Amino acid sequence: MSLLEIHEPGETPLPHAGEGTLAVGIDLGTTNSVVAISREGTPAALHDETGKALVPSVVAYPAAGGVLVGEAARLLTAQEPKNVVASIKRLMGRGAADLHRVAGVLPYEVEPGTGQTDMVKLRIGGKARSPVEISAEILKALRARAEAALEKPVERAVITVPAYFDDAARTATRDAARVAGLEVLRLVNEPTAAALAYGLDKGSEGLYAVYDLGGGTFDFSLLRLEKGVFQVLATGGDTALGGDDFDRAIAERMLGERKKDGLADHVDEGAVKAALALARVMKEQLSDRDQTSGRLELAGVPSFHALTRADFDAMIASGVKRTLDIARNVLADAGMKVDEINGVVLVGGSTRVPLVRAEVAGMIGKPPLTDIDPDEVVALGAALQAEALTGGSETLLLDVTPLSLGLETMGELVEKVVPRNTPIPVQLAQEFTTYQDGQSAMVIHVVQGEREMVEDCRSLARFELAGIPPMVAGAARIRVTFAVDADGLLTVSAEERTTGVAQRIEVKPSYGLSHDDMADMLYDSLDNAEDDVARRLIAEARVEARRGMLALEGALAKDGALLNADERGEIDAARVRLEEAIAGDSRDAITAAAEALETLSKPFAERRMDRGIREALSGMSMNDLEERVGE
Amino acid sequence: MDHFARLGLPAALDLDSGALDKAYFAGQRQWHPDRFVAKPPEERAKASVEAAALNDAYRTLKNPLDRAVYLATLKGVELPGDGKTIADPDLLMEAMEAREELQEADTVQAVDGLAAKVRSDVDTALNGLGGLFLANDKPAIRKALLRLRYLDKFAEEARARRTNIERANSERSGA
Repeated sequence: MSLLEIHEPGETPLPHAGEGTLAVGIDLGTTNSVVAISREGTPAALHDETGKALVPSVVAYPAAGGVLVGEAARLLTAQEPKNVVASIKRLMGRGAADLHRVAGVLPYEVEPGTGQTDMVKLRIGGKARSPVEISAEILKALRARAEAALEKPVERAVITVPAYFDDAARTATRDAARVAGLEVLRLVNEPTAAALAYGLDKGSEGLYAVYDLGGGTFDFSLLRLEKGVFQVLATGGDTALGGDDFDRAIAERMLGERKKDGLADHVDEGAVKAALALARVMKEQLSDRDQTSGRLELAGVPSFHALTRADFDAMIASGVKRTLDIARNVLADAGMKVDEINGVVLVGGSTRVPLVRAEVAGMIGKPPLTDIDPDEVVALGAALQAEALTGGSETLLLDVTPLSLGLETMGELVEKVVPRNTPIPVQLAQEFTTYQDGQSAMVIHVVQGEREMVEDCRSLARFELAGIPPMVAGAARIRVTFAVDADGLLTVSAEERTTGVAQRIEVKPSYGLSHDDMADMLYDSLDNAEDDVARRLIAEARVEARRGMLALEGALAKDGALLNADERGEIDAARVRLEEAIAGDSRDAITAAAEALETLSKPFAERRMDRGIREALSGMSMNDLEERVGE
Repeated sequence: MDHFARLGLPAALDLDSGALDKAYFAGQRQWHPDRFVAKPPEERAKASVEAAALNDAYRTLKNPLDRAVYLATLKGVELPGDGKTIADPDLLMEAMEAREELQEADTVQAVDGLAAKVRSDVDTALNGLGGLFLANDKPAIRKALLRLRYLDKFAEEARARRTNIERANSERSGA
């Protein structure tokens, strides 16, 4: 190629013709959203006419008609509270069954008649609207801002999601983008995007940690940076831990102080909201002051509250310690030690809290990297990735699955097929078999989570592989394949291998994990691992015992005549005792009862075998027999 | 294609982890779906399959125990599925005693002591594998791998127990 290509500044040369539109990076946040663009490796957030990059993630459907997004929508909250929605991200991919868990947090009217398996809808501005269409309004506003700033059509985007967003929430995010007329080039995990923003900026190499403490969630990820490769080694978090908890601690303290002073408050939702709003202001002031005070007025009765940084630090210490515990577990998952970390990136508004900075620095042993605005860093990383995907960069991003994926097996146990922190895309298969003679169908139940028992994990989908030809138990070979794509979306397929009966489903769970669910799943896996082992052992003993029972029942049905009435009576009594033991919770009792039954039925088994040999030999000549032996 | 061949590495127990990373990154540079965003669907599908196979190979070969199990399978050593009951009486005895010790360990220090011991047991057992593979002693390889698998599980349990004790301690001090 001898000709030089000349491009307008800001235009990335695209490797394919006909796509003259620009690709942006979008951080679709719970509280605020940001859109950014990268040109020649330099990302920048796009501002509005007043110079602000943050768009409040608030949507309003005013009584007068139309749709408002951002600051304008927020301003409408006081006059038309029922027409304004905030924090819609918390409901992405959620079903009605999840709603009670966020009730109280979100002052929305939920559309009645929503089925348990559909995504929840809200009654806003007199109409039922889904989180997908509400999020789409935010995306449309961001797109319009980008088009205004760039004076070009914008049709493609990289959108960030929390590392712990499950399948349903990721799918819902993609759908919202489609509604907004944006093609999603890739969903990128927020901590990974943040690392991207820092990594390219610094040209760093080595092991980096991303500590992301937002309003309601905490994520910790470990990445290795090497010559343009961003390899996520491990990620972990808590989806119910963040700055909101700090606000709550301050608010509770103030309400407590009022009570102590003899003020008889009626603590309703309004009172809590007022206390929380003041708490947030005081928290932010303590980021650069040693003490602050606030005036809280409830039902016309004012009170004054002083708060020192030391008091505040003491109130949030346990929450901050929890983030460090999670960080240590992620390190252990990756098989890394703290002193191997070259640097730690802080993301999320809550990392402005001085105690958080100090504790993170103390644990890592290095001052955190904070020179990129923590509110913009995720969008900047997304913009870089958008540029990389449209052909402008050599950056390679290798991400992992945040939660283990598995199947239910006998005894309600979980067999993990894709362990957490497996690099994606990935396709892993496992073989299962039938449990009963002649079994013609098998239920494939897909679950997500770290625990050993199905009931403690999140159910993603359930389907049946039918048409298995009759075979003896254990002869069928059912291969179940889990494929996770580069966006973190899962597809499961199953196939009976001896006959090729195949079935494939896209796992599209109708609603996602609730905050509580995810927090429980992540914490409980370590908390309950010992318990799980004990339960697993009992469950295995039950499966083993039932298998023996089934075999015996089959033999009895066929050859029961080989037993006299007394023998049969003893065996039946032992069967009842084993059933009782199986119903109980003692593994020893199950094993003992199973052994007793086996001992009792031994003569029966021997007689069956003897008869079987006699039958096989009868009517056979000596020659036949020799041929057989010779086989 | 086996995992070693896919990454262009010799099928051996000892693997230079730098060389593994290098081969893996080179493979992903070629096949990662991010490189195929603007390509036709067939090419995208092929890239996705290749990238997934690379990830599987990398993940398996990166972990020394998984690598040893995989290499043993290539050599025709059959191992029972994970999570099955221990049949080897010596190992059963070792496992029972170790589990008892773990149950009795009620301080972080005590658990750390057990964890350090199991780590050194793992290292010793891994080091011993080389000779067994060289001699192609399949029954011995099988026995050693089953023990390693158990030790690996025990290390995980020790970690869980440590977390439990730490949490209990911090709840006590918090209350």
